Amino acid sequence: MLFFILKRLAQSLLVMAVVSAVSFSLFNFVGDPVNNMVGQDATREQRIEIREKLGLNDPVLTQYTRFISNAVQGEFGLSYRIRRPVDTLIMERLPATLELVFVSAIIALVVGIGLGVYTGIRRNSWMSRGILSFSLVGVSLPTFIIGIALIYLFAVILRWLPSSGRSGTIDLGFWKTSLLTVDGWRAIILPSITLSLFQLTLILRLVRAEMLEVMRTDYVKFARARGLSERSIYFVHALRNTLVPVITIIGLNIGGLIAFSVITETVFQWPGTGLMFIQAVDFVDVPIMSAYLMFVALLFVVINLIVDILYFVVDPRIRLGG
Amino acid sequence: MNNNTMSRWQRIKDNDIFWSFINSPGAMVAAAITLICIIAAFAAPLIAPFNPFDPSQISLWDGKLPPAWAEGGQSQYKLGTDNQGRDLLSTILYGGRLSIIVGLAAVFLGMVLGVSLGVISGYLGGTVDAVIMRIADVQLTIPGILLAILINGIGRAFLPLELRDDFAIYVVIIAIGLTDWPQFARVARGATLVEANKEYVQAARVIGLPGWLIMIRHIFPNTLRPVLVIATIGLALAIISEATLSFLGQGIPPTTPSLGTLIRVGNEYLFSGLWWITFFPAIALVVLVFSVNLLGDWMRDALNPKLR
Repeated sequence: MLFFILKRLAQSLLVMAVVSAVSFSLFNFVGDPVNNMVGQDATREQRIEIREKLGLNDPVLTQYTRFISNAVQGEFGLSYRIRRPVDTLIMERLPATLELVFVSAIIALVVGIGLGVYTGIRRNSWMSRGILSFSLVGVSLPTFIIGIALIYLFAVILRWLPSSGRSGTIDLGFWKTSLLTVDGWRAIILPSITLSLFQLTLILRLVRAEMLEVMRTDYVKFARARGLSERSIYFVHALRNTLVPVITIIGLNIGGLIAFSVITETVFQWPGTGLMFIQAVDFVDVPIMSAYLMFVALLFVVINLIVDILYFVVDPRIRLGG
Repeated sequence: MNNNTMSRWQRIKDNDIFWSFINSPGAMVAAAITLICIIAAFAAPLIAPFNPFDPSQISLWDGKLPPAWAEGGQSQYKLGTDNQGRDLLSTILYGGRLSIIVGLAAVFLGMVLGVSLGVISGYLGGTVDAVIMRIADVQLTIPGILLAILINGIGRAFLPLELRDDFAIYVVIIAIGLTDWPQFARVARGATLVEANKEYVQAARVIGLPGWLIMIRHIFPNTLRPVLVIATIGLALAIISEATLSFLGQGIPPTTPSLGTLIRVGNEYLFSGLWWITFFPAIALVVLVFSVNLLGDWMRDALNPKLR
């Protein structure tokens, strides 16, 4: 067990090393860092002085270790465009992304498991068939087209919900939340539905397949023979056993939600970290790009580590295989 | 000669894949729609009523016209015009061609990269195998679209601003190609492991053929069946990825629009009620992706002997 985790940890460190090398080379090879700091009209002496002060004359390896030690402390310098520290910019934007991902994950889980159980139990009803064909559409439509369709229907034609932005935020000091006001909830409905739809269909199909499998097992037949109520068979005996694989894919789903949040945030102009990255690419804002890269890599490394360990804990067969 | 072609036709007709194709109406419809899409896109210069890249055929006065059947529409613009006065039907045909070309190129890049690494990995084994497959595993844990967005963003950052639009298409192809190689590598490696133990490969080794020749001439052709399935499904994904990148404003520039770029441009006019600038390219994209996907699904079932 310990060896397994150590191996995965070493692999994660390797991934982070590669990503940080890419981030670092962005800093060094894209544009002229000195120009970006002082602008076009600085004198030659000023430039030389700044080069020396920034340590741009040091060997590359020294610069790289300095970059790493700064990055570990969350220090990525000033954004070229907004002229503010990158770490505070990310911390300001992070609540928006996390709240969007959180609400989407809840929708995907609750609706996905609910519909999955329903279609698993009543496999031949027309309702189940309808839900399944609908889920096929959900899988094959690109995220941004779902977003546009929802905007057109609910914001342009019906005018029920706002089409973009995050409104009704309340500052809690360390966290700006939009989940405490009606306006905030109205604004998050469309983006979170858009973001959750793909994951929802995946969970639905997984739970349905597991449910069909479990309903055929002996212990469910035996539960029936004992005369237990349908409800207790479905929810106490069957559903419980379908949840093992579902729990383990939740981690990967959160990864997927974060990935697609970049698209959803752009469609709905949701002021999160994904939109920030897209805007940073447009303006070649290297500090933000490089910080976001490191941030996403770290996120995925941590998620994967947790998922690996979860697998290990949940499924004894992997423990033996090592 | 005649005899030869006859026997080839006979061979195709006796082929199990052909038989499965003839007996699957869904696959035939999907293949027909895909074929129509591809032919229409590549014949765009011949069948499109206008050339959207020819400034003399574009008039800003005709901009934002609704489809021909709607109120205010003009009969020569069947699906209406976009914000610059380009005929939407023609722009969709040209844009579809670009989307398909980018998709094919990206899949081809991923395929070449993935299959080479996969065959090498499976044939050589040992440390090489472990390293390549670990990289593939790690990459597969990150959703492809996110990786494509990140690689594409880095690629754009490295380009000087004035070259960005000119090279955007290549950056997109490389970004998507680098994203989808692990699937190819896995499948090719699996097939290689099976083939490498067969007698003909052992015989080739015994007569002293060098390893690279065995890999290219003998093993590679036998990995093609499963690779074809991955390539078809990969094409649908690549087209979606390109459209997504272009929609985010990170892909093909509006001067030579792809379907994604058209949807992006149209999206800005959605609130003014100009729904058709977004709607028709989106429909074209969805139909194209859906039919390619269906084709891939059928191919996966038909080529997988376990499911028969």
